[in-house]
Amino acid sequence: MNKELSREERADALSGMGCKRKRVEDARFTQGKGNYVDDIKLPGMLFGDFVRSPYAHARIKSINTDAAMALDGVVAVLTAADLAPLGLHWMPTLAGDKQMVLADGKVLFQGQEVAYVVAKDRYIAADAVELVEVEYEELDVIVDPFASLESDVVLREDLVAEDGSLPDGAHGPRKHHNHIFTWEVGDKETTEQVIGDAEVVAEDMFYYHRTHPCPLETCGCVASMDKVNGKLTLYGTFQAPHAIRTVVSLISGIEEHNIRVISPDIGGGFGNKVGAYPGYVCSVVASIVTGVPVKWVEDRMENLMTTAFARDYWMKGKIAATKEGKITGLWCHTTADHGGFDACADPTKFPAGFMNICTGSYDIPVAYLAVDGVYTNKAPGGVSYRCSFRVTEAVYFIERMIEVLAIELNMDPAELRRINFIKKEQFPYKSALGWEYDSGDYHTAWDKALEAVDYKGLRAEQAQRVEDFKAGKTRSLMGIGLTFFTEIVGAGPVKNCDILGLGMFDSCEIRIHPTGSAIARLGTISQGQGHATTFAQILATEIGLPADSITIEEGDTDTAPYGLGTYGSRSTPVAGAATAMAGRKIRAKAQMIAAYLLEVHDDDVEFDVDRFVVKGAPEKFKTMKEIAFAAYNQAIPGIEPGLEAVSYYDPPNMTYPFGAYVCVMDIDVDTGVTDIRRFYALDDCGTRINPMIIEGQIHGGLTEALAVALGQEIAYDDMGNVKTGTLMDFFLPTAWEVPNYETDHTVTPSPHHPIGAKGVGESPHVGGVPCFSNAVNDAFKAFGLRHTHMPHDHWRIWQTANKLGLHG
Amino acid sequence: MIPAAFEYHRPKDMAGVLAVLVEHGDEARVLAGGHSLIPMMKLRMADVPHLIDLQDVDGLSGITVDGGRVRIGAMTTQSDIIGHAALAEAAPIMREASLQIADPQVRYMGTVGGNVANGDPGNDMPGLMQCLDATFILVGPDGEREVQARDFYEAAYMTDREDDEVLLAVAFDAPSGGYAYEKQKRKIGDYATAAAAVLLEKNGDTCSAASIAMTNLSDTPVWSEAAGNALVGTSVDAAAIDAAVAAMLGDIDPTQDNRGPIEFKRHAAAMILRRAIARAWDRA
Amino acid sequence: MAKKMHIQMTVNGEEQEFLAEPRELLIHTLRERLNITGPHIGCETSHCGACTVTINGKSVKSCTMFVAQANGADVTTIEGLGSPDSLHVLQEAFKEHHGLQCGFCTPGMITRASKLLEEIPNPTEEEVRFGMAGNICRCTGYQNIVKSILAAAAEMSAAKEAAE
Repeated sequence: MNKELSREERADALSGMGCKRKRVEDARFTQGKGNYVDDIKLPGMLFGDFVRSPYAHARIKSINTDAAMALDGVVAVLTAADLAPLGLHWMPTLAGDKQMVLADGKVLFQGQEVAYVVAKDRYIAADAVELVEVEYEELDVIVDPFASLESDVVLREDLVAEDGSLPDGAHGPRKHHNHIFTWEVGDKETTEQVIGDAEVVAEDMFYYHRTHPCPLETCGCVASMDKVNGKLTLYGTFQAPHAIRTVVSLISGIEEHNIRVISPDIGGGFGNKVGAYPGYVCSVVASIVTGVPVKWVEDRMENLMTTAFARDYWMKGKIAATKEGKITGLWCHTTADHGGFDACADPTKFPAGFMNICTGSYDIPVAYLAVDGVYTNKAPGGVSYRCSFRVTEAVYFIERMIEVLAIELNMDPAELRRINFIKKEQFPYKSALGWEYDSGDYHTAWDKALEAVDYKGLRAEQAQRVEDFKAGKTRSLMGIGLTFFTEIVGAGPVKNCDILGLGMFDSCEIRIHPTGSAIARLGTISQGQGHATTFAQILATEIGLPADSITIEEGDTDTAPYGLGTYGSRSTPVAGAATAMAGRKIRAKAQMIAAYLLEVHDDDVEFDVDRFVVKGAPEKFKTMKEIAFAAYNQAIPGIEPGLEAVSYYDPPNMTYPFGAYVCVMDIDVDTGVTDIRRFYALDDCGTRINPMIIEGQIHGGLTEALAVALGQEIAYDDMGNVKTGTLMDFFLPTAWEVPNYETDHTVTPSPHHPIGAKGVGESPHVGGVPCFSNAVNDAFKAFGLRHTHMPHDHWRIWQTANKLGLHG
Repeated sequence: MIPAAFEYHRPKDMAGVLAVLVEHGDEARVLAGGHSLIPMMKLRMADVPHLIDLQDVDGLSGITVDGGRVRIGAMTTQSDIIGHAALAEAAPIMREASLQIADPQVRYMGTVGGNVANGDPGNDMPGLMQCLDATFILVGPDGEREVQARDFYEAAYMTDREDDEVLLAVAFDAPSGGYAYEKQKRKIGDYATAAAAVLLEKNGDTCSAASIAMTNLSDTPVWSEAAGNALVGTSVDAAAIDAAVAAMLGDIDPTQDNRGPIEFKRHAAAMILRRAIARAWDRA
Repeated sequence: MAKKMHIQMTVNGEEQEFLAEPRELLIHTLRERLNITGPHIGCETSHCGACTVTINGKSVKSCTMFVAQANGADVTTIEGLGSPDSLHVLQEAFKEHHGLQCGFCTPGMITRASKLLEEIPNPTEEEVRFGMAGNICRCTGYQNIVKSILAAAAEMSAAKEAAE
């Protein structure tokens, strides 16, 4: 070494935590060398394609596959009758229900899988789909969850006993044949008493419409059964590859060691790729039957119509306060439309996810939440679209509730938030609905945000606009959307979070190579979050080797340690913690090796960026690179050769990222066209691993929030037909419809996380949706609007203005 | 989304095109840019046993501006229109409208002929052609014939074109005066919630001629003679604009879809038309 | 099955000849027949642009073109833009400015951007947003994509000026 580097220079050379490290993934993606599931091509591979129901509710009278089978190149056509002997015509859902793999006597939603065609290529498969003859008898369709609970029509005959009684569901007693569960949290009696006695009560119903995560890559898989050695390899778009392996083993009977699940590059997930779908099961069966690999990749219409919708919550709320605006109680009843099967992706004990985070960022002494799940003739799903389990719904609910209360109190909504925030000194804070918030400094963040946007100035401008509007000088109104959100992410402690009985820990295994480079494998899987970049940064800081010398590998169940996967912002809080902990195990052993090499006691050396130094004599040191080599070439008494570690991390608590968002929007009252003039996002995700990637996550999450708030919906007509089945009608904004965002931050580390990080990928979506929606609602507040439902597309905004009499 | 099989024809000349059309009748369809037809085929909503690709047929594309007469070949793309300096000079409304169609990639493929001849009420060019009082030049087994854009559209996807005819070109007199193409849509790539093409001529302070058409507000484009007449002879003041809008609202017949209910569409149509008139008058 | 036709095309500078059904979509030709898997399938209705390639100098969504139409055409995909040893300026700029996340839209995005910068060498931000509106990204919110393209444009212009 020519010159002695300073401590800072040595730290910089590692590209560790906190730096804007460029992504290592990008070289292959920018050259078109990603490896997504549809890029996989195996010898002899066949293609699967579905015959789907055109009806939302119908009995199947007959299925005739003769013509399809007669088509040259068709290898098999599977129906429920073929799967039944294997017990695979139904499969368990993540929510404790079961779901038809292929229609067993009836269909419950439009697009439901009826038969699975296997052919030599996708063109022949598509032709064969057209040749399968299915005779349907249409049944009465229910698309409204409230009507469903009143209806005589039985959607799920399999869940009614022969004597007509209703056996308990996975979450307790059921009130009606179309009812799935009731979930209650909090103190009903006290809450209702507080509301009854309150000085001020605001009440409203908030509908969070059905939408869809719609990643640019649809769901798909390649199943390859090797009959010679009895091993099944399943490649697929899986956000939780290890859980998929366990599920496949449980339902197929193949022992888990004989199944290898591989998630290759994934083209976005956003929750769409958490669940197990009939396409996976059918492909596995088809590969077992044919003995060759079978690929299935859904098309965009199938994706939007059948795999994993999100939201569809009707949230009725009451909030009580003193005349001065101090909140005294919160009550919420939610009617949750789960579609034809309950396939929600939630931890087992939480049938409505973490909806009970709905007290938000506020110190609310008493609260009560009840959720009723309901079957309808819509697609199953209920996944967490870019959020932790139902957290977007919860935050939307409380942030709308606050705005409505501010109207009731005739109080500025920013001030109402401020006087009700949980105070910095109250953390860790136990909420009325049972959560322990780890850390926060809400007042500081809020003040910073309001100052950054000149909140007072904005309100003055808005008041002038209203005057001008009333005077006929303008037809444009201005909305100021405010949101202060607190998420609950990083599921989670095994003691209360599991999926299908699998505890929601996560893992990291590290091997240091003799020359001082390393590979780390995790139980998670990136879908664009940049894990290969950021997890190497965590390790670089923890073990003192350059991030560029550390390979991160995920998604292969044969090589990676078991983990529950990537969703619900759990990668950084859980697998990131496992990574740090595994790194510390490496460091502990390295310390012993260093002490041996430096001929001092273990306690006489200390870690210093990229080396261990003798305390008080920093010129005496061994770098981590030297220590790595020593681990493999020296016989050190009492220490095993090698330098490896594994950590399975069970977090003691969730993490609670928060943020303050402000949206300034102009609205054309006559056309309903909105223009986002400004969007300011302050995020506090605790310790920041890579600011560049954080910022990218914020931009993306805000854009998905904009889409959801302003137009993105899965809409059905009364017959249960999906009206938004292609990207013509399902709103994905382009660069033209999206503004530039301003990002900002505060840093309040999580006290229980090894590196203090909280997770950030979902914050902008969770906080963004209510912020955009609040801006629309706020624009019309001066004219008497309390609440109008999303999505705020042109015609609905026009309708709002029209009902307020703003069109003369 | 995989289309059904078809037989592909790629004739070198129009005689070849017509021969296939005559032989296969309504089993054959011509393909221009394909960005309407191919998605329909992929969704198996259009059954086309014989597909005739027009790309090799000479003389179908190109723009000429000659003595105030504009002729645009059927295979001319929206991208060609946007980039054509003489056309932008002679009929700037063509460029303004084309920029509001679909997206850059689609504009590279999408043609005037396809947009005009398909009869899709969502397409922008038909209303624009009616506004310009364009002439469509068709060719069939019996030779060429001309039909006015204002007489061409019968219902959604139903036009005056016979199954064995092909659109060769559109032609119109270069408009003078002010122009505007105003379109409300949900996002890039969407069809219009409401769109208006307006041409106004000004003599002193008075409107001396007016032509107004709207898109996606009926099963055909709507050229409203009454709306134009309401402006002629006026100073395009508030009362005249009100009258023009009222006349147009009498002529449109929108249906409910994902863009909104009928009442909204009527309101949006009125707003878009008001803005288009104002902008055109400003430019007149 | 319909009869196959003889197809010849140039893809990334290489002559290709094969027999194919006319209905084969160009995106499938590239991905399945020629193993050029950079262009992706996103929406299949010509809205998302993940399948964007350059054909005879035009940006085209290859999910909405039959292989028969591309017979005789000159096709360039992301694989033809740069090489591992010499990346295209846009490829470098997307890496530098975090213009991608999951990477699924990226090949179509960069391929389209390369054509946009031929059309408009020094675009404004508005021109970039309008010129890229045929490509959907679900991850980035576009802000860094726009930044990447503007940076690439500046670099290409500077290089051109230096050369003159």
